[in-house]
Amino acid sequence: MTGRRGAFRRRIGAGRRPAVGSAEGRTGSAEGAGDDPTLVVDGVTVDLGGVEALRDVNASVDRGWFVGLIGPNGAGKTTLLRTITGALTPDRGTVTVAGERIYALPSKEASRLVATVPQDTNLSFAFDVRETVAMGRTPYLSRFGRWTEGDETAVEAAMARTEVAELADRAITEISGGERQRVLLARALAQDAPVLLLDEPTASLDINHQIRTFELVRELVADGKTVLAAIHDLNLAAHYCDELLLLSDGAALASGPPEDVLTETALKRAFDANAVVSRHPVTGAVYVTALPERTGGAEGRVHVIGGGGSAARYLYLLSAAGYDVSVGALNEGDSDTETARQLGIDAVTVPPFAPVDPTARAAVRERVDAADVTLVADVEVGDGNLANLEAAAASDALVLVEERPFAERNYAGTAGETAYARLRDRATVVRTNGVVGAVADAVAADRRSGVDGPDGRSLGK
Amino acid sequence: MRTAARTATWSVGLTGALALVVLVSAGVGPVSIAPDTVAKVLLNGVAVPASVGVAPRGVPLAGGLRVPVPTVGFVHPFSFAVEDTHATIVARIRLPRIALGAIVGFSLAAAGVVMQGFFRNPMADPSIIGVSSGAAVGAVAAIVAPVAIPFGLGLHGAAFVGALVAAFGVYLIATENGRTPVATLLLAGVAVQTFLGAVISFMLLRSGESIRTVVHWLMGHLSAASWDEVTTAGILVPPLFFVLLFYARDLNVLLLGEEDAHSLGIEVERTKRILLATASVITAAAVAVSGVIGFVGLVVPHIMRLLVGPDHRVLLPTSALAGASFLVATDTIARSGAAEVPVGIVTAALGAPFFLYLLRRREVHAL
Repeated sequence: MTGRRGAFRRRIGAGRRPAVGSAEGRTGSAEGAGDDPTLVVDGVTVDLGGVEALRDVNASVDRGWFVGLIGPNGAGKTTLLRTITGALTPDRGTVTVAGERIYALPSKEASRLVATVPQDTNLSFAFDVRETVAMGRTPYLSRFGRWTEGDETAVEAAMARTEVAELADRAITEISGGERQRVLLARALAQDAPVLLLDEPTASLDINHQIRTFELVRELVADGKTVLAAIHDLNLAAHYCDELLLLSDGAALASGPPEDVLTETALKRAFDANAVVSRHPVTGAVYVTALPERTGGAEGRVHVIGGGGSAARYLYLLSAAGYDVSVGALNEGDSDTETARQLGIDAVTVPPFAPVDPTARAAVRERVDAADVTLVADVEVGDGNLANLEAAAASDALVLVEERPFAERNYAGTAGETAYARLRDRATVVRTNGVVGAVADAVAADRRSGVDGPDGRSLGK
Repeated sequence: MRTAARTATWSVGLTGALALVVLVSAGVGPVSIAPDTVAKVLLNGVAVPASVGVAPRGVPLAGGLRVPVPTVGFVHPFSFAVEDTHATIVARIRLPRIALGAIVGFSLAAAGVVMQGFFRNPMADPSIIGVSSGAAVGAVAAIVAPVAIPFGLGLHGAAFVGALVAAFGVYLIATENGRTPVATLLLAGVAVQTFLGAVISFMLLRSGESIRTVVHWLMGHLSAASWDEVTTAGILVPPLFFVLLFYARDLNVLLLGEEDAHSLGIEVERTKRILLATASVITAAAVAVSGVIGFVGLVVPHIMRLLVGPDHRVLLPTSALAGASFLVATDTIARSGAAEVPVGIVTAALGAPFFLYLLRRREVHAL
């Protein structure tokens, strides 16, 4: 994970976040402190009662990096974090923080180097928020020592930073889960340690608080904290972390920038999940979608006419159900085209913003003829894609999705109206949630009619 | 600082309450004595060291040498006129018992607070790791056994040693590779208590004529109190209490869980050992002189937690003081009836319903 200090990570849609991963975003002192990373995990093997919970794991995190620890349940994420705090001693290998072997230190000194934000547990005691945050100063207090001005300042600053100052006198048991998470973060900040470990910091939080927590962590990283966080949500991890470390079965399967770690093959190996990796349309971060195994037993061919995202859901649902799906014609770069590509669906395409040309129209016609059913999504129709509707007219089993009346999405004038009316006359018209059922009925009917009479029948309601 | 101020306020208040309870309690008995008379007796007993000199003759050593010994001269600043009989009753009969009750209540409540925090379990009490059962075995053996107890250990000594052996045994059973998981400790404590209960029952069967003494001891009592016991307990308890007090902050952090405590810089296992050992010794000291007095160490910490919150820097001293008042008050009730009942019966009879009341009010449902 070293050697990427200069890598510049472009993050679309995250303008207010400083580019800590970039060379210019990093503070000079980190470079000046030599090339030693703040946190080094070197060949760590941990044996927990005869089971190797970690096997030869290597990782190193530079100052001001945010590294996400991902992997399935039981992969060893928490064990690795516990080894870094010194709660567990590795059977082989070493963990060093700021040049010190962590588990060789008295826990007081270790806790000045590494602070942990635990999962929201064990907070059933009615300490008030200020007292809870003040416990973060434990590493600095001697048994007979007094609480100093410096301790007070650190606590107030930590509460201000995490926006819990207004809760200071409330009991920790009375505030919400999101607030409690921030209090625990404040406690870790009061600890004033260069390395911050987070164990599933957002596991029990709603989406708004998840984002707030990660944004806050990002700011802390920008201030020079080194953060290693076990994160369940791969997409949050991909969006917020500079690098990821993928653990599987106690071993590091991959590490590096999110786009290098979150590959379909790695996810298949680690999670045994049928996942699709793409870019998030808004943030540009790597985006993982887990799909169910294609166990649907449905048979039949369906051609889908869509565009502009109108068909994506049906492409997924129909291919998951087991149908042999084709789609088009679509423009290259259309989000439906992207979806089709990820799902491995046959798509007829034309160049970006180009109209459906005769060649493409012929290709669509060919697929409509081959299909048992043609599905027309709730798509906007203009001069460019009118040819799709005309080609669909050849189908003998039509399903139309209407969330809005066609008039609202017709930009092809009377030609559009005519073409659509021709389809609608003999189509099954459904809303989104009726699509799969209507397609199944239509396929069944089409197959029957295919046996009864080769000329086919119209399938009007 | 806020915590210190809160501790001080509560402690002063509870000390005042204790003084009041003592004044009233010392007046209650077959001979009623007014509180102001009690106060006068107490004040007359106050001695202030005023002069330091050298004993005129010193201590003779072999060879005719004499070692000079310092002597301290005391001045009694108060000399109120009090009836002699009243002074004797208060100073010789009632005060030792009251003082012992205060010390025992203080110790049990303090140990109860520590054990509940340590185990993060609302049902933990000072005897949870077998201290009382061990003490009972020691004491009952001393009463029942036909042989004289070696090393000059009296009943109290036998109980004290029994308590520590039991507690240490439970600790050893629950410890593996230098770690003592709290859950294992709890279960080992329950198992050892059950086993020792069997031992006690067996000895009871064999106790013959001494059964009354044994039962009396087992029920918890303060009736045999003398200034000797007060002095012994009074020397043992305060230093142990201050050890616990110095660890109050660590105990707070331990409440968050051992993993958290470790990451906040607490040497978890060492701190646990110190807390466990100190709380066990302080309990053993109390049980050795008073027998098994239940419920003080369970109920008083819960009530004080409702009043002052979970911070052990406040909770520990306030609970200890409240425990002292509670036991002095209940012992006063125990001895004020026509026939004296063991105080253990009174604490349980008053404490359990009150605890159930708190439970139903949902004020006590966790720590």
